[in-house]
Amino acid sequence: MQEAQSALQASYLHHQGRYKGLLGWIFSTDHKRIGLLYLYSITTMFVVGLLLGLAMKFELLAPGKTIMEARDYNATFTVHGVIMIFMIVIPGLPAVFGNFLLPLMIGAPDVAFPKINLLSWWFYVAGVFLVLAALLFGSGTPDTGWTFYAPYSFKTGTNMLPAIFGAFVLGFSSILTGLNFIVTIHRMRAPGMKWMKMPMFAWTLYGTAWIQLLATPVVGITLVLVALERIFGIGVFDPALGGDPILYQHLFWIYSHPAVYIMILPAMGAVSEVIPTFSQKHIFGYKALIISTMAIAFVGYLVWGHHMFTAGMSGTAQYAFSLLTFLVAIPSAIKVFNWISTMYKGSINLKTPFYWASSFIFIFMIGGFTGLVLGSLATNVHLHDTAFVVAHFHYIVFGGVSFSFFAAIHYWFPKIYGRMYDEHWAKVGWIMFFIGFVSLYTPMFYLGMKGMPRRYYDYLPEYHGANILSTFGSWILAMGFLVIVVNLVRSARKGEIAVANPWKGKTLEWTVPSPPPFENFKEIPVVGEKDGPYNYE
Amino acid sequence: MSNEKHHIVPYHVYVVILGALLILTFASIGITSIELGSLTVAAALFFAVIKTYLVLIYFMHLKYDKPYIGIMVGAVFLLFIVVIIITFLDYLYR
Ligand SMILES: [Cu+2]
Repeated sequence: MQEAQSALQASYLHHQGRYKGLLGWIFSTDHKRIGLLYLYSITTMFVVGLLLGLAMKFELLAPGKTIMEARDYNATFTVHGVIMIFMIVIPGLPAVFGNFLLPLMIGAPDVAFPKINLLSWWFYVAGVFLVLAALLFGSGTPDTGWTFYAPYSFKTGTNMLPAIFGAFVLGFSSILTGLNFIVTIHRMRAPGMKWMKMPMFAWTLYGTAWIQLLATPVVGITLVLVALERIFGIGVFDPALGGDPILYQHLFWIYSHPAVYIMILPAMGAVSEVIPTFSQKHIFGYKALIISTMAIAFVGYLVWGHHMFTAGMSGTAQYAFSLLTFLVAIPSAIKVFNWISTMYKGSINLKTPFYWASSFIFIFMIGGFTGLVLGSLATNVHLHDTAFVVAHFHYIVFGGVSFSFFAAIHYWFPKIYGRMYDEHWAKVGWIMFFIGFVSLYTPMFYLGMKGMPRRYYDYLPEYHGANILSTFGSWILAMGFLVIVVNLVRSARKGEIAVANPWKGKTLEWTVPSPPPFENFKEIPVVGEKDGPYNYE
Repeated sequence: MSNEKHHIVPYHVYVVILGALLILTFASIGITSIELGSLTVAAALFFAVIKTYLVLIYFMHLKYDKPYIGIMVGAVFLLFIVVIIITFLDYLYR
């Protein structure tokens, strides 16, 4: 205990740098503090996005106008989407846990470019304020949906430019994080930590970083083109000037499909850390997991057209995109197989992170299988632009990120704050969130199959029942989220003092005190010749 | 980590490359005076590719770096080409 207390005093949380107080955080180049800056800013924005989501679900509680007009509903789903995608799920795991853990996991004192790392957070904040400016000032809140589809995005009279510019700046933040991680992994691994000895989470961050670096510029340039189309009428997307609106969709999804993998790969990585630790077993199929990570990252670049099956693409392209989409399912299934095999015959320690990780597999599989339904051409025609699509991508994107994020935050909580969270309330939060999530989105699969279109504030009376269930689910989910947050905030202040390695984790971050000292390692660790990827002792 | 030797490129190499880049720039302007029809874009891209290659190899030191960096750059261009090809599965068959 004495030791733990002194660890807390010597930790990055109490380290006195050049500035004091709040300035010591927002100008800190310490990767751990930057990770927490991201955690707090992302959580704040998540609350905003969540409230907008709840408002939409409330509107759909009954047919006709419930609390808002059609126009406001359009603005609400646009802002909900922009916030949730660009400000939460894309930075999500890489910016929070990647920043905090990557150097610790590979035995480095910090990321390769600490100042650029801080700059990326500042870009994030700037992007957030730009998008918020679009809401509060100018000629009306953007109403295009988060996809900014042309031609509407350059025709609408609403305040598009700040929103587009904000998304552009957020993209810069993402690129800088990706660049930093690639260089860090190439150059800063501890002596003896070969590629095939890196923890899975570091591997998935590596795959993600390449996507951030190579795909984000595409959306950046596309958004610039939309802005130029609006201001100067350059005629790239405007059919009246000889442009092609479908080109917009190509360019947008060349980024935005890989962006799904920016979210899901580190989610898979976090789950790949939690499952072996709580199964008290070595991870099953380490190499297969690495290969499938890189395969997902690569093939994920080539499937974007499955968002455009009904947009008027050529038949040849449709076949190609459908086939490639089915191919991505293979490495994803390999991962699920490996996680299950890791649990097999393990001595499972039923703690909250394991609950989140195993429910992640459940949610991810429902999201994945319904993705195959949408990826096949014939069923896509029926389901395109219905509530089914919304349910599918919330299962994958929101479910995938939130379940893994909560697995990660509970798993690494003792490392981050040096205190334990309250196990009982953590489990209460989990079951509420889980029940809320399933009852919120599962009815939308049914509604979509029955033909309820997405993005309408109104619906026909026969859709009423399932919509009530869905809205109720949103309330349970929000209450679950509240329980989780209150428990974690309380535990960060008053929780039991944590030891260095409460879960008997095998990766390097558990070898340093909880919370880690400012410089991470007193001496840079050396990974021995005989040590495997999950055995550094 | 820092045991790699830093290659110092002689000054005249940069001058030669600069000259080559300028010549290629004028060449890519000059070629537009010839009527090439649908090959105009291809010609412009041809010169651009050579210039990019020179910049990558000499100015960005790919020639003096470890081979794996060259391989990574190559892989990125390969990905780019694959993305272009797939996009044209739509445009050529529409
Ligand atoms: Cu997609």
